[in-house]
Amino acid sequence: MAPAIILLHADDNVVVCCRTVMAGEAISADGVDIIAAEQVALGHKLARIDLPAGTKVIKYGAPIGSMTHPVKAGGWVHMHNMKSDYISAHLRDAAKG
Amino acid sequence: MQALGYLRADGRKGIRDIVIVAYLVECAHHTARRIVDLADDPHVHLVGFPGCYPNDYAKRMMKALVAHPNVGGVVLLSLGCESFDREGLAAHAAASGRPVETIVIQQAGGTKAAIAKGLEAVTRVRAQMADKEVRVPLALSDLVIGTICGGSDGTSGITANPAVGRAFDRLVDAGATCIFEETGEMIGCEGPMAVRASTPAVADAITASIAKAETYYRAMGYGSFAPGNAEGGLSSQEEKSAGAYVKSGSRPIVGVIKPAEQPTAPGLYLLDVVPDGPPKFGFPNISDNAEIVEMMACGAHLTLFTTGRGSVVGSAIAPVIKVTGNPETWRRMGEDMDVNAGAILEGSATLDSVGAEIVALVEAVAGGAETKSEALGHREFILTYKSFEPSGPGCMPRVA
Repeated sequence: MAPAIILLHADDNVVVCCRTVMAGEAISADGVDIIAAEQVALGHKLARIDLPAGTKVIKYGAPIGSMTHPVKAGGWVHMHNMKSDYISAHLRDAAKG
Repeated sequence: MQALGYLRADGRKGIRDIVIVAYLVECAHHTARRIVDLADDPHVHLVGFPGCYPNDYAKRMMKALVAHPNVGGVVLLSLGCESFDREGLAAHAAASGRPVETIVIQQAGGTKAAIAKGLEAVTRVRAQMADKEVRVPLALSDLVIGTICGGSDGTSGITANPAVGRAFDRLVDAGATCIFEETGEMIGCEGPMAVRASTPAVADAITASIAKAETYYRAMGYGSFAPGNAEGGLSSQEEKSAGAYVKSGSRPIVGVIKPAEQPTAPGLYLLDVVPDGPPKFGFPNISDNAEIVEMMACGAHLTLFTTGRGSVVGSAIAPVIKVTGNPETWRRMGEDMDVNAGAILEGSATLDSVGAEIVALVEAVAGGAETKSEALGHREFILTYKSFEPSGPGCMPRVA
């Protein structure tokens, strides 16, 4: 069976889910050992380590934004707790206006 | 590669022999569409420009498209009072060696008469194409191949996009011309990209094009980031950028081109799609097909389209090969997908094996095999107002 997550670069502080992971699921792959804090879908990111607010999020070995709120290792990292360092994104809620 | 192309007067070779029916203003769109519908021929495609006001970009784009290697003949549909230079476009098509006919609806006597004349014109153009058809052996080095991503998610950047990058490396090594684009989706990647430039002038052009994209998108208030990108796990423009950039593979970037500019030598090119000057006509490209049309205007014979969420689009004129990076999308929408790069996530394929599969499919499609979107009848096309300054002399490789 395929691994639950992939670590794309040794410097990364997030991992990517290769399938939906379940809340409380113990994940051990690519030298990463974390427990998923909640159910997270394929393609989404989990914190590899504790990430305080203000931390640069590193994926592909490169910064992809900064944490706006802290997250513990195994927590979901997405737009509710991180943001772009370049330019704002728009969500479906904005389109509903 | 066992394939025959259609030799054109300028020496380029087409992988399809399409009649385009082109409306020159929205007011001629319905009439043109009826002609295409009634012709009921998969080789007759509808294209056009909806605007009534003149626009140099649209004129250059249409001139490039009527002379596209996959186009064998042209029928122009004019209402009669729009500003588009229909005589100039027809003369350009004729000078390129293609049969061309122009129907002016106001002169024809209205919708029904124009449809009847248009159908006769399509028949005559097809007959002339058959008379002058020359088939010649086709090699990968004859091909221009574009790549684009649409409906990206968290899988795109780790499966489909790097697999296309591997395919691009193989294609460039075989002497093909490859084009990647959407500088707005390369924001944050300018440093590593400039290092790959084949000359300092190209490096400068890369850096300038990304800076322009960032300024432009900032003025528009949004990055190139759709709600579905977020639902698929992408959290920021630069995360999407890093995933999109890997479609370009690893070979040197030999030039930076703008829409409707033709590459002068084989190799890998960046297509700068963001308009020059302050924002004038809105978002750089309002949807994925606008970018496919711009790559076609740079001579792309076909497009490698990567998708995570599952785009279904194809294109008029040039076939689209769709590569999904998401195994769930493959299971849900497999009828629309040509390649399953999601198998990489599930451990049953590698980036190299999918890259090789893509190159084999490029060869098959160049030889006439239908892509999924072609078979489903997808013929999307969109062209809107934009403005560009010509590229500087250092942006192209010197021709030996």
